[in-house]
Amino acid sequence: MSTESVTGLVAVVLVTVTTLLIGTWGLRFSRTTSDFFVASRSVRPGLNASAIGGEYLSAASFLGVAGLVLTFGADMLWYPIGWTAGYLLLLVLVAAPLRRSGAYTLPDFAEARLGSRRVRTLCSVMVVAIGWLYLLPQFHGAGLTLRAAVGAPTWLGPVIVGLVVLANVSSGGMRSITFVQAFQYWLKLTALLLPAAVLLVVWAGEGAPGSRMPADADWSVPLASGGTEGLYLTYSLIVATFLGTMGLPHVVVRFYTNPDGRAARRTTLVVLVLLGVFYLLPPVYGALGRVYATELAASGRSDVLVLELPRLMVPGVGGELLAGLVTAGAFAAFLSTSSGLAIAVAGVLSQDLTPRLLRARRLSGVAAFRVGAVIAVTVPLAVALALPSVGVARAVGLAFAVAASTFCPLLLLGIWWRGLTDVGAVAGLLAGGLGSGVGVLWTLVDGSSDGWPGVLLEQPAAWSVPLAFVTMVLVSRATASRVPAHARRFMVRLHTPEALELDRG
Amino acid sequence: MSEGRPERVRVTGPPRRHAPRARTGDIDDETRLGHVYLGSLLREQLRLALRTIALLVVSVGSLPLAFHLLPRLSAVRVGPVPLAWLLLGALVYPLLVLLGWSYVRRAERNERDFAELMSEADG
Repeated sequence: MSTESVTGLVAVVLVTVTTLLIGTWGLRFSRTTSDFFVASRSVRPGLNASAIGGEYLSAASFLGVAGLVLTFGADMLWYPIGWTAGYLLLLVLVAAPLRRSGAYTLPDFAEARLGSRRVRTLCSVMVVAIGWLYLLPQFHGAGLTLRAAVGAPTWLGPVIVGLVVLANVSSGGMRSITFVQAFQYWLKLTALLLPAAVLLVVWAGEGAPGSRMPADADWSVPLASGGTEGLYLTYSLIVATFLGTMGLPHVVVRFYTNPDGRAARRTTLVVLVLLGVFYLLPPVYGALGRVYATELAASGRSDVLVLELPRLMVPGVGGELLAGLVTAGAFAAFLSTSSGLAIAVAGVLSQDLTPRLLRARRLSGVAAFRVGAVIAVTVPLAVALALPSVGVARAVGLAFAVAASTFCPLLLLGIWWRGLTDVGAVAGLLAGGLGSGVGVLWTLVDGSSDGWPGVLLEQPAAWSVPLAFVTMVLVSRATASRVPAHARRFMVRLHTPEALELDRG
Repeated sequence: MSEGRPERVRVTGPPRRHAPRARTGDIDDETRLGHVYLGSLLREQLRLALRTIALLVVSVGSLPLAFHLLPRLSAVRVGPVPLAWLLLGALVYPLLVLLGWSYVRRAERNERDFAELMSEADG
């Protein structure tokens, strides 16, 4: 075995073992069903924000962005901007009311707000769909990383990640995962920051090659290529990422772990800072890759840029150690995001989609959650092993488009507009879900984008999000008699500070 | 009531002309006034949110259009760094944090004002 494989292997094993240890340590605090689902709603803003950051920074952020920047240039910077700005929109429109709604999950919120089992079931199906769509690229990324790091077959990475996530999620639930993910944010930041600093010093020491080259104008244009079509693609990506964040099941579930609405806001603000710091780094790798690793882009392997760059720039043991650190960070990215998604999907599966099945076997809440976790992980794992990869950041982008077209309108109208009805919500969810879903299928199956039809399907958010909003409002207006009787009381609950003694329904 | 305890005596002052009533009661009873109170809080918070979003759209959201309409912007450099990279790669993030910070401050102030309004009893 070469030294390359050894450092990579040690890194992966260390991250895996630490993750399992912290998860098991958290187990000592997990006693009740409430611990499992929402860590008993007692996580402070600093810890919670680190956990949100750790959970959110996925393979797409850690590997995908740098690779995309290397290949396509400045227009790919909109991905990290959108993933951060999404939290600003979440903060100003959703964070505090969502926490105050007192619901566990998105389907819980929908049912509490609209008083309808039908809406709840539809939301559950969509949580599972979005969660699985988002899990796929995590598993693919894990395979990619293990192959680049230790030359393992591509199926091994997904299997390891799947097993570790399963062990962690089903043993400790939300409370232990909170510690694991907070740790993983700082690990990911260090694993990207330290090598970046060293590489920049190396680059400067070599006389900053590339900085005096005439600017490659195309590479520095923050727009997709192709004139108006490019402008549309860029804006559609902005819509999907800015509005999609609030609709991601694993993001939303974390807000219920805050003690109150005010803490939810402060947590989100800290998340903005943590993400902003992190996202300064991937473009550095992209730009350095432009000088040192052009052949990666040419051979279509740009997703491994972050993993390969230290070795390409620093020969010998130093490069190996940096490569090991980056590999550890990448593995942490898959583990934390997959864990968060698995928790969200498992929660919904065990509460909504399989309770009849489970009740027949007389399973307790915690046991049902564990069964849900097994289903939540194995299904996308099987798909990931069977399907070819579609590009890590691209697949994640699709999940954002679906979330923005379904849960974003539901949350915004549900929180700010008393007139939303159950029928309107269902119609809007279906319109947005089908619209963006067609785009996803098109991209996964065909993927060729020629002319406007292809462009519109490749990035559906710019039309599918307004479509969902308009449908929800118009159908709600038409069925105004179905506005739930408790809507006004629910608004009191969502928007008034907890300290006030009010009847919140 | 248990045996042996002295009978409970109610101590009262002279009757007041107006029974004080907390304004939260208006919201609980869903009176017209209660709707006005709640509506004012909702409107304030929504206006604040929309103002933050408007700032975001004008500052960050206008960039693709600006670069589309003025292609020469792509060639502009600040020192060794192209303008696009400086804006999108770095400066956007402090701006997002600043917008978020100012929102949180104002939103909490709105809620404090609302709580004060509620705690004043109607005469």
